Amino acid sequence: MKRLAGLFLVVLCLASIVWADSTLSINGAGATFPYPMYSKWFDEYHKKNANLQINYQSIGSGGGIKQVTEGTVDFGASDLPMNEEQLKTYQDKHGSGILHFPTVMGAVVATYNIPGVSADLNFTPEALAGIFLGKITKWNDPAIASANSGVTLPANDIVVVHRADGSGTTFIWTDYLSKISDEWKKTVGAGASPKWPVGLGGKGNEGVTGTVKNTPNSIGYVELIYAQSNKIPYGSVKNSSGTFVKPSLAAVSAAAAGAAKEMPDDFRVSITNAPGKAAYPISSFTWLLIPEKFSDASKRDALKGFLKWALDDGQNYAESLSYAKLPKEVVAKELKAINKIQ
Amino acid sequence: MATSTTAVPSAGPVAGSRSFLSRLRDGDEIARLITFLFAASVVLITLLLVFELWQGSVLPRHKFGFSFFRTSVWDPIFDQFGALPFIYGTLVTAGVALIIAVPLGIGAAIFLAELAPARISDTLEFFIDLLAAVPSVIYGLLGVFIVVPLMREYIQPGLKNTLGFLPLFQGPAYGVGFLTAGIVLAIMVIPYIISVSREVLLSVPRDQREAALSLGSTRWESTWKVVVPFARGGIMGSIFLALARALGETMAVTMVIGNTPTISASLFSPGYSIAAVIANEFTEATGAMYTQSLIELGLVLFILTFVLNGFARLLIVATSQRGAGMGHT
Repeated sequence: MKRLAGLFLVVLCLASIVWADSTLSINGAGATFPYPMYSKWFDEYHKKNANLQINYQSIGSGGGIKQVTEGTVDFGASDLPMNEEQLKTYQDKHGSGILHFPTVMGAVVATYNIPGVSADLNFTPEALAGIFLGKITKWNDPAIASANSGVTLPANDIVVVHRADGSGTTFIWTDYLSKISDEWKKTVGAGASPKWPVGLGGKGNEGVTGTVKNTPNSIGYVELIYAQSNKIPYGSVKNSSGTFVKPSLAAVSAAAAGAAKEMPDDFRVSITNAPGKAAYPISSFTWLLIPEKFSDASKRDALKGFLKWALDDGQNYAESLSYAKLPKEVVAKELKAINKIQ
Repeated sequence: MATSTTAVPSAGPVAGSRSFLSRLRDGDEIARLITFLFAASVVLITLLLVFELWQGSVLPRHKFGFSFFRTSVWDPIFDQFGALPFIYGTLVTAGVALIIAVPLGIGAAIFLAELAPARISDTLEFFIDLLAAVPSVIYGLLGVFIVVPLMREYIQPGLKNTLGFLPLFQGPAYGVGFLTAGIVLAIMVIPYIISVSREVLLSVPRDQREAALSLGSTRWESTWKVVVPFARGGIMGSIFLALARALGETMAVTMVIGNTPTISASLFSPGYSIAAVIANEFTEATGAMYTQSLIELGLVLFILTFVLNGFARLLIVATSQRGAGMGHT
């Protein structure tokens, strides 16, 4: 018995040595929004390259930026691009920069619960900003009603629901409101957890959805994927060309295509309120944050290989998971940028 | 135990007379040292905790100073942080919880310990212990799916129609808010109060009861005037255990409080608590000032708990001395 146990131990040790020798493991952390996409990618890529294991912790965009800056992970991921201050902190700490790579796209939609109203509503930017600023307080306000002729809206008070936890979804939503409303920009601004003028806070997409479902006459915002998979009502939004666009993956890709022409070299761009007739205005990229310089060449090459794959074959997995694919122009530009990683 | 020197098991005077070496050999000294280290580690952990919270909140302490406690703006985008609405929310929800839970809990404990047949008491105690072990997220779900709709549809309109002249019960009925959070917290802490109070009441010596009965008091008189005052210290202890749980509860509160930093006299208003805001915002907090302000909130919660516990100790000391001096009041 003892001998058997000893033998088992030896085999285990040998196995772990072999295992450790052949498998390169890369660690990343960050945004929760693209987590289903990333875990699918890492899994598929691992099937193709058995000796590379990429681990990803979905701890939130803020956490991803923090950890990659601290150097505790090999790469980060975020729903909002790093700001100048964060880039400078990174530069000071590491002596080299960090690169942003858009991977997929998502959108944020307005969901509502108005008893007696089953039609899809249209929202103008003014109506959304007014509601979330607490200036428009009744559902039958002309600012909402004028865009919804044929729908009888009740004279009830609007209950605003927003995310209570800091979130990339909130950043996209407030970034959009900042672009279309000067008052929002001055008094609230864009951020992952702003100081809300009105409303109740729900925790996570499910918290917001639950509160909206349970509260008559409420309006909230959630990720498009979440709204689609849970079959909750969501409205169209008037884009910068003046058309009301129903949120969909195609409309998100259209927003990215509109922005692709003026894509900056570092890819840190917001595509909310993007030009284009078919563009849904509350769309956004999500980014991988990859250091410019790696000390470990094998990790660098593995990660570059993965990136190339994710931007090419990997994109085909996006739509089945309800993420919008990157436009070709952006992919081409990113493939060039991969060479900056050293 | 096989050695002849330890024929007398009680350590007291014998231990003192033996040499250090023999005590060491018998394990007394080692046991003392090890258990001392365990006890000291509790103090050490507390000190480290305070130190970390203090170190981690340097920036907001310097920038805001005491105005951190007085201001009510919480704006991460413009780096303005004030803790007042969170302190208010924490105290109000815990207060509401205790107002509901204390009479219910102590009443139930008196019934279980003094009046109920032993078999019923033991069966119920089993369920109460089970309730105390339910994870708080389950209570949160109970709150979201049952308490919140009940509040919005029936309780809040009802309170508004009857007691609506009080500022406590005014404003729109969202369902979520201070009152709902207080009620869910009350449901969570009642098992603690019942369980601990029942144990304390059961441990009151029999002769106390018998003496009261032999002097001609009724069963209720002996319970209310002798047994309960005798157990007052322990009952207080159970209440403060409940308070500590209510102050620190995170998950269940954030699911039903509305998560909006407001200070309002109305219990219908949505609010926010310290523990809830830390849990909600910490993972996505970017920038040193923001993160450190959240850590300072942790420090505030620690101080709050510390101060309230201190009061609790004083209260127990004061009331138990009075209780010992006069028997009952």
